[in-house]
Amino acid sequence: MKSDYQGIWVFAEQENGKLHPTVLELLAKSKELQKHNGEKITAVLLGADVSALADTLFSYGADAVLLCENEALRSYSARPYQKALTQLSEKYRPSIILYGATPLGRDLAPRVMVSLDTGLTADAIDLGFDEDGVFYQTTPGYGGKILAHIVILERRPQMATVHAQICSPIEPIADASGELIVEKLNIEPDGDYEVLETRSAEKSGESLAEAKVVVAGGRGVKTEEDLAMLRELADLLGGQLASSRPLVDNGMLPHDRQIGQSGATVSPDLMLNIAISGSVQYQLGMQKAKCIVAINQSEDAPIYDIAHIGAVTDYKKLVPALIAKIKARKQ
Amino acid sequence: MKILVFVKQVPDTDDVKLDPKTGNLRRDGVKSMMNPMDANAIEAALQLREKHGGSVCVVTMGLPMATEVQKKALGMGCDEAYLLSDRPFGGADTLATSYTLAKAAEKIGGYDLLLFGRLATDGDTAQTGPAVAAQLGIPQISLASSIAVEDGWVYCDRDLGDTVQRVRAKLPAVVTVNGGINKPRYATPINIMRAQKKPRTTWTAADLGCDMTKIGTPGSPSSTKKVFEPEKRNTDTQYLTGSPEDMARALADLLENEHLL
Repeated sequence: MKSDYQGIWVFAEQENGKLHPTVLELLAKSKELQKHNGEKITAVLLGADVSALADTLFSYGADAVLLCENEALRSYSARPYQKALTQLSEKYRPSIILYGATPLGRDLAPRVMVSLDTGLTADAIDLGFDEDGVFYQTTPGYGGKILAHIVILERRPQMATVHAQICSPIEPIADASGELIVEKLNIEPDGDYEVLETRSAEKSGESLAEAKVVVAGGRGVKTEEDLAMLRELADLLGGQLASSRPLVDNGMLPHDRQIGQSGATVSPDLMLNIAISGSVQYQLGMQKAKCIVAINQSEDAPIYDIAHIGAVTDYKKLVPALIAKIKARKQ
Repeated sequence: MKILVFVKQVPDTDDVKLDPKTGNLRRDGVKSMMNPMDANAIEAALQLREKHGGSVCVVTMGLPMATEVQKKALGMGCDEAYLLSDRPFGGADTLATSYTLAKAAEKIGGYDLLLFGRLATDGDTAQTGPAVAAQLGIPQISLASSIAVEDGWVYCDRDLGDTVQRVRAKLPAVVTVNGGINKPRYATPINIMRAQKKPRTTWTAADLGCDMTKIGTPGSPSSTKKVFEPEKRNTDTQYLTGSPEDMARALADLLENEHLL
């Protein structure tokens, strides 16, 4: 029975005793959902020696913390975490479970979907209740040109991984307290999976998050020569080269150059978008830039919805001309 | 070593529009192609076969026209192709899809490694690989940017953005690969033609012995309630005019005024 399932759960992703920032955003979003359905917000905290995080979760909006500490959960691996969440969900029967759409969340949640035999919406950029009172998750499709409301009508819990930064954490409540539920589970470590080493990713440039000028290329950048042109422009402006997803997917640029979906969030003074259509996910990653310039041949590209300056033309003609002008003026 | 690679056919464009009358996607005239990261998965499988021997089977769920994708996979060098095609498979979400693909893996049998592209460009879920691993009760490595097999384990680097994790999983296991893991080889027309002789099998739900409540629409807890175009935001975009040369001058002026030169 659907009505047997009550409560909003937030998976409190943590690593080495540090909460992932998306957890606080999910708690804030849950507060909005709670206004509609009045259900209790529970943060589910798995790990070892992590109980100190419960107070943080209370102060950011959790009514309850479901704490499960176990040596097998000290560092993340998919199967012990899947087992723990499955057992907890079967016992407490929440109506909604939210995960950050992080590498960990997107590794774990599909497995829980299978063991709970329920629905899971990927990378939602909004959540809410529609005019029929149905819980929906908004997801972009086809490069963000189309949005869809996904619903999980009959099965429970209704699960979603949720995009980073779709809302801001609430102001922390001083001396907040809540209900602490401690669960002991019988979970074994996974002998068939092992993390051997974690190292910092090799950076192919300075951090994008700090950059004052960012020059980003998109799907329309097809060749290494075109990319070299963008790199030259970035260098001339003392900025960083970046991209939307396609150039990372096809291996032309490393992952640390990606803006938006599972990539960096930037807020430069100048954001030059070249041959980028501007998906919803991409826009979430760069909309805080002070001056947004878009160069795209297609005048209905979504990037023009947020661009301050637009140039509807072929970047292969415009960018070389711009490079020449900048060089001339610098002399 | 027996490797199964799971390949999806996706629209060859991001340029989709909604039919203003029906609210449905207009699919007319949209070409399809192999999901780009699935080509990376095939390339990884072929390289592993070159090193360790064995075979590479490609598995696709979709309409009969998905055979184009199979031809490409066989032309790249895969040994055998399976197409899961049946009307009741239609309307599957990632749960129903993962059930169906796992049934096919079980029927093929004897697998050591299951490879997927990290995500498909049409749905963007990245859920199918891990969900198939869960269906089969085996470990998984997602987001792999390298792959090697040694002594019954698969070793990968996982690209997590700021960090890279070196992990290993015992075979049989699922690995989902990033686009940057390799450069897929090209399926030349001559190789595609030669590959016509390679074995191709089509399976229906009955062939796989599927529980009909777990496939297609009945087996899919999620559904799409509404599809719509994003609201336009009201940024006053100042459009540059004239030739590219004129636009370049205007942009350079702007940069100079903002003290960015």
